[in-house]
Amino acid sequence: MSEILALAGANLVSPIILSFALGLAAALARSDLSIPEAVAKGMSIYLLFAIGFKGGASVAAHGLDATLLMAVGAGIILSFGLPLLAFAMLKILTGFSRLDAAAVAAHYGSISIVTFVAATSVLEGKAIDAEGYMVAVAAAMEAPAILSALWLVARNGTGRAMEPGLMREILLNGSIVLLVGSFVIGMVTGEKGLAEISSFIVSPFKGVLCLFLLDMGLVAGRGLRQSKNVLGLGAVAFGILMPLAGASIGLAMGVIIGLSTGGVVLLMVLAASASYIAVPAAMRVALPEANPAIYLTLSLGVTFPFNLTLGIPLYVALATLTVGG
Amino acid sequence: MQTHTAKRIEIVIEKPLEGRLTDALTKAGVTGYTVVPVRGGSGRSGPWTREGQVGRAGMVMVICLIKPERLDALLEAAFAVVERHIGIVSVSDALVLRADRF
Repeated sequence: MSEILALAGANLVSPIILSFALGLAAALARSDLSIPEAVAKGMSIYLLFAIGFKGGASVAAHGLDATLLMAVGAGIILSFGLPLLAFAMLKILTGFSRLDAAAVAAHYGSISIVTFVAATSVLEGKAIDAEGYMVAVAAAMEAPAILSALWLVARNGTGRAMEPGLMREILLNGSIVLLVGSFVIGMVTGEKGLAEISSFIVSPFKGVLCLFLLDMGLVAGRGLRQSKNVLGLGAVAFGILMPLAGASIGLAMGVIIGLSTGGVVLLMVLAASASYIAVPAAMRVALPEANPAIYLTLSLGVTFPFNLTLGIPLYVALATLTVGG
Repeated sequence: MQTHTAKRIEIVIEKPLEGRLTDALTKAGVTGYTVVPVRGGSGRSGPWTREGQVGRAGMVMVICLIKPERLDALLEAAFAVVERHIGIVSVSDALVLRADRF
């Protein structure tokens, strides 16, 4: 336990977390600090490209094995299954309508790529290796949760037919295309390709991540300020308990399929994190009656900061205790 | 200078719906429209601002000018998209210089 607390303490004073805290504090204090929208978009493109490329290059260096297919399969199962657990927990902990609960559940089955990127950065800092193909697992987990949420609504007879074109939009959303595309480029060009552009995608990575998380802190803080009366105690409890439940299932699945310690941490992070980019946009199209203030505030204002500050070190400690390393 | 009457339709809608709306307008025979980003505002759910939105969230405004006799067809097409969503549809009278363009 003291080891977990020490790890959490060390994580809390990292530049990444402190940058996020600065953004959060600035927004809550109503500072006019802001990152231009185009700069934030540029940074997210950079981070997705870098993480995808590095993952692909790592696969090229270490080779593919059957664990890749099992990890992607586990990710898809998690993404389909976690919304069902989230939905059941929401029914117990909150008074949300069926529509709101299903929309929230979709977010918790999908993933937050920024939490994933932050976790890979923490692992690198601790010299813990992870399977490069976990990037592909992240991409595979984006969409299935949306289908589960739509099924949860349709089951009650309140759903409607899926909007034409929605599935294409989900599967081809920019972050998935960039992540998978850069992963393939990294895999094809391998270590040589990585060496050619490492001064661009490796060295500045953490600095860009700090600035990006500063922006995420601002976004989360503004969201919390605007929606302070939206969430009750039960919903906040869900925002913390659900990632812990997801991470526990991710831990079990990671151990069963034989991932390394780093791989298990990343699967736990993917299972614990909640989407705030791809799924909200899909929900606005598919379930427009669901309240966006609820799912965005929960995902971005409660679960994202929890995972970033306490969750990741906890998952690293639990995976290290379970798998070793 | 000679002017001609037209109808100006402004539709404020969520960004993820933009493509669906412009597709519907095109199918309804609208030959031109302008899309502008919305910075913020206030409505039934309280104030909101573009800052703090992530991904494709936020709102856009679609503006089109049409001949008055085409108004009903456009509104029907637009409302089929807007009906279930947050947004504002407004119609006002306008004057244009080159009627053949609308």
